Amino acid sequence: MIELNNYLSWGRYPKYYPKNVLHMSWRNEKPNLQNLDSTVLPYAFGKSYGDSCLNKDGYLVDIKRLNHFIEFDQINGTLKCEAGVTLDKILKLIIPYNYFLPVTPGTKHISIAGAIANDVHGKNHHINGTIGCYVQEFELLRSNGEVLTCNEKINSDLFKATIGGLGLTGIITTAKIKLKNIPGIFIDAEFIKFDNLDEFFAINYESEQKFEYTVAWVDASFPFGCNPRGIYIRGNHTAYKETKKLQHKELKIPFPFELKLMNNFTTSLLNSIYYNKQIFREEKKIIHYNKFFYPLDGINNWNFAYGKNGFIQYQIVIPIEDGAFVIKDIMKIIHQSNKKSFMTVLKTFGDKKSPGLMSFPRKGITLAIDFPMDGKETLEMLNRLDSIVREVGGGHYPAKDSRMNPMDFKRFYPQWEYFSKFIDEKFSSSFWRRVSK
Amino acid sequence: MKTILIIGAASAIAQETARIFARDNFHFYLVDLSLERLKIIVDDLKVFGAGEVYYNEMDANHFDKHDQILKDALNKLGQIDYVLIAYGTLANHEEIINDPEQIAREFSTNATSVILLTSLISNYFEKINKGTLAVISSVAGDRGRKSNYIYGSAKGAVSIFLQGLRNRFGKSNVKIITIKPGLVDTPMTAHLKKNFLFTSAETIAKGIYNAMMKGKDVVYLPFYWKCIMTIIKLIPERVFKRMNL
Repeated sequence: MIELNNYLSWGRYPKYYPKNVLHMSWRNEKPNLQNLDSTVLPYAFGKSYGDSCLNKDGYLVDIKRLNHFIEFDQINGTLKCEAGVTLDKILKLIIPYNYFLPVTPGTKHISIAGAIANDVHGKNHHINGTIGCYVQEFELLRSNGEVLTCNEKINSDLFKATIGGLGLTGIITTAKIKLKNIPGIFIDAEFIKFDNLDEFFAINYESEQKFEYTVAWVDASFPFGCNPRGIYIRGNHTAYKETKKLQHKELKIPFPFELKLMNNFTTSLLNSIYYNKQIFREEKKIIHYNKFFYPLDGINNWNFAYGKNGFIQYQIVIPIEDGAFVIKDIMKIIHQSNKKSFMTVLKTFGDKKSPGLMSFPRKGITLAIDFPMDGKETLEMLNRLDSIVREVGGGHYPAKDSRMNPMDFKRFYPQWEYFSKFIDEKFSSSFWRRVSK
Repeated sequence: MKTILIIGAASAIAQETARIFARDNFHFYLVDLSLERLKIIVDDLKVFGAGEVYYNEMDANHFDKHDQILKDALNKLGQIDYVLIAYGTLANHEEIINDPEQIAREFSTNATSVILLTSLISNYFEKINKGTLAVISSVAGDRGRKSNYIYGSAKGAVSIFLQGLRNRFGKSNVKIITIKPGLVDTPMTAHLKKNFLFTSAETIAKGIYNAMMKGKDVVYLPFYWKCIMTIIKLIPERVFKRMNL
């Protein structure tokens, strides 16, 4: 019997357990899905925050060991690999050849298939769009045992449905992606403090023209946080050559137990430390890509710091013109509810279109906030936030979600019914059953 | 160009170890149960920079095949510099505890076949007076415990056998290395709840590569298992026999 506690999601809420877990470790050894007595969902590292990677009382197919590389074309900059290969493994392979991922989220410990299934975005969305824009082809195993090659030309509808398709259209077994050239492993980064949202928008406007990577960290626990302060982070790849001093030693601090360390006091303290460790208003430095893109990967299982009940990440996108007042309203409700958040992030999305049918990003500003899951109180506050987001036509990110209301899902993803035609009859997830009700 | 023979090449630890050797452009001869699986590994190692990669299927329990495989590997590679024996099975202890046939089979896979292969390969190394042979044993072989003494005693037999071989070659250029991993997150341990004592196959692989390059004797991976096992071995038997470990 497989140990089911190894198969939760990153937020560790909700705690939905599958009935059992099948393994697919070799791309030519297909699991028999057709005769299973319940639904199936692929699962790799469980880095989705909510229930989109969970299948309560159904089956999960663990594809972590589907982790072989197939072909690395160093001349044309393309990579073909199996579904469970992590972004970390890809980077380690391609960086010596001056290639990088065209798009990367804030962790590299996710599978390439998961990246495609959630059509992930990163700090360069305003220029490069989502990972889906760089997927050239993949193979999809359907429950009837067929393996379909999907690209812009062959099975193109299924191709588009699978990008951002949350694993519901079948199991991606291999994928081929286009890589991006970089001059070196370092990032020429700038960190600029801002005192309020107006300043944020001014810096953001200027930065988007000149920087490939932009994001802002917001201090959501500052006493006057309704118009929050924060640090704007921007950077470009640089040809700067390696020196001893900048050699990045990757930390791996284990966080062995579920132990609730994140509460209002510690969160405020951490926010304050993070804000104040930068003395000058503007700091420029050349830093290793790991430090720039993946600061939280240095702590294994940092999600355990939210304790047994886990946490919820609330990520939304709203139109840019409503940005300032909506964010202020959201901050106000958070303060009224006396909830503090440590990881609060702001970023503007560009208008580069992904082929993904169910893609989350669209032109606007996205806000992501982490809250410890304190039961009803937390959920009630999030419902209040929803009503503000709803009013301006904003929407939620399924990869982070564990509680959005089905009405909101259907309003923001009106194509959901068309999408559902591509869902494999044997496939389902807790998320899908919840939002498609 | 250096060469390596890996028996049990499709195991998670062996695959990760092979990738490191591939970065050094080694030539390979891979052995495992399934040719189809080995083909997948060949592509993977090529991406990492491997030189020639030959492969062949063998069930190590067919002892009469051992010699043939070694000859074929020598034929293809010309000379073998490094050997890694990495296969093993971890049956459900409770299920096989009263099944003599299963116990015999577990012992054959994890002990007898490994001992025979090791003998054969070390004789070859003796002939050319060099070579490095690493075998994956286990911390489970350090002391018998009620929860896995079948697997443990087989691994223990391998450890003792390797100790003897190491003594035999102690003054020569032939290196015999006993690898003793602790809990590793692989398909073999899918039924166990993961905690901080578990290590990735990748980390273990780095340790194996380093041990083989440096020609170490006995290596616990990660290193702290040496402390853990030292303590476990120090517990007096009359206390230990009542413990639940």
